[in-house]
Amino acid sequence: MREIVVVSGKGGTGKTSLTGAFAQLASEKVVCDLDVDAPDLHLLLRPQPEHTEEFFSGHAARIDGGMCTGCGLCASLCRYEAVRIEGGAFSVDPLRCEGCKVCVALCPEGAIHFPEKHCGQWYISSTRFGPLVHARLFPGEANSGRLVMVLKQQARKLAKSLGRGLILSDGTPGIGCPVISSLSGADLAVAVTEPTPSGRHDLERVADLCGHFQIRLSVIINKFDLNPEETEGIQAYCGARGYEVIARLPHDPVVTKAMVRGRVVTELPETAFSVEVRKTWKKIEEIAAKR
Amino acid sequence: MIVSIASGKGGTGKTTVAASLARVWVRRLVAVDLDVEAPNLHLFLHPVIEEIVPAWIETPVVDESKCTFCLACSALCQFKAISVMGSVVLTFAEMCHGCGGCIAICPGKAISPGKRQLGEISRGYAGNAEYLAGCLRIGESMSPPMMRQVKSRLKEIVCASDRDAIIDAPPGVSCPAVNAVIDSDVIVLVTEPTPFGLHDFKLAWEAFSPFGKPMGVVINRAGAGDRELYSFCEEKNIPVLAEIPDERAVAEGYSKGRVIADLSPEFRKIFVSLHSKIFELAAGALDMEAAHA
Repeated sequence: MREIVVVSGKGGTGKTSLTGAFAQLASEKVVCDLDVDAPDLHLLLRPQPEHTEEFFSGHAARIDGGMCTGCGLCASLCRYEAVRIEGGAFSVDPLRCEGCKVCVALCPEGAIHFPEKHCGQWYISSTRFGPLVHARLFPGEANSGRLVMVLKQQARKLAKSLGRGLILSDGTPGIGCPVISSLSGADLAVAVTEPTPSGRHDLERVADLCGHFQIRLSVIINKFDLNPEETEGIQAYCGARGYEVIARLPHDPVVTKAMVRGRVVTELPETAFSVEVRKTWKKIEEIAAKR
Repeated sequence: MIVSIASGKGGTGKTTVAASLARVWVRRLVAVDLDVEAPNLHLFLHPVIEEIVPAWIETPVVDESKCTFCLACSALCQFKAISVMGSVVLTFAEMCHGCGGCIAICPGKAISPGKRQLGEISRGYAGNAEYLAGCLRIGESMSPPMMRQVKSRLKEIVCASDRDAIIDAPPGVSCPAVNAVIDSDVIVLVTEPTPFGLHDFKLAWEAFSPFGKPMGVVINRAGAGDRELYSFCEEKNIPVLAEIPDERAVAEGYSKGRVIADLSPEFRKIFVSLHSKIFELAAGALDMEAAHA
């Protein structure tokens, strides 16, 4: 089984619009939206949930006001400034609580509860392009990396049971916890960048991250015509590092047009952009087939 | 006053807005890059860096000669960062959240604090503005503790020099984004009038509303996409503080590392007006109808 993850470093470079188009073009695959923080792929794929599950992960401390003697030990132990004192009453700010259990374990009165946290939901859905595994982390929640791992495991299980040889995943911006989880076990990362100082800077960071975890990387330069000079610069950088630039896609309003209609760009009447996107997917398939 | 520039969706123009605001800000300012995973503010403000210091997180170091292998540390650790196998204690520094629990609970005082590097904090000047930024080490997964350290530096600077702060926040609505906005006085959400922009804007609004801070929106690429975002803002009474038109000149200027407020007097006006609207918003004096007009 092959796993392809679309990443970018910088947000808003076109990951999801391209992943959506690839989802239409790819055959025999399971699609997975690993951007559990701000997922958007479902806006293009319009999934029908077939299976929904709650996601519990980690715990949060909660002080029992009736048992608390106000000794203040919890507040002095907490490294996250999560313990609040208002009018002599101690409480834990759930948004700051790291779930480390230190206050729970050391409270002399045993006055701190430690319930499991309900952080989100995940779904297996059907779409016009086949099955989609996706999730939603509740706003402000942590543990996105763990939810990404759950989605990957589910996608693998599903692909195996359906006999599908490819998992195509949309990733998260950045290079932190959810991105690291997204990359684990991937055969190929496809980074979508743009010819801007930020696009290039963040591409270099995500490329270094792929190098750190020894994941193969190919690069798509989106909106290449915005700044031809910077595009050349990115190509030179990729050439020097041995990353193949598999496509240079023009800045085209058709991407937003497709999004507004809830369609992927390759479903709309053909444009120069969609022709390039089709070629790009063929190239990705060829690269992924090579081990 | 601390103003955070946030968004649900990435790439909507947070850095564009933060850099342009820094250009037109009247009071003394510190411009802060809290997008530690993908920091970009320096690419537009070109700060002169005066100091770069490493940022660390505390991790356990075990003295096995004092360890009684009682398992208290591994039973407490919620992050699988310390485990006792027979008479060997294994620590996994990269899993450690630095809570200090193992050190506090060890009855034999066999654990002492060590450290692992999270990244770097740089400080300098961009024109009249002070500049502060965190940059996460490649391969490091924990951005919130890195951000907390940048914020504690920010607190020192703000206290010492009575400066306002503009925070360029990371995208999303989970722990890193919450960490960036939670201590600010005003939240400015930057989005675009597209289905992705609207969807993630709703998530951000939902995530940040419970903080009870004044919140307004800057609509970037105004004119692209559709009108759904405007309807949502009207329905929820969210003030539209500024609109940046969907013009190729903006995209090209950005692609060349230009600050949009510097592109023309017209663009500068947008941010001068945004600057005053932010103060009105903070003072609770923003006339909602005027904001939407």
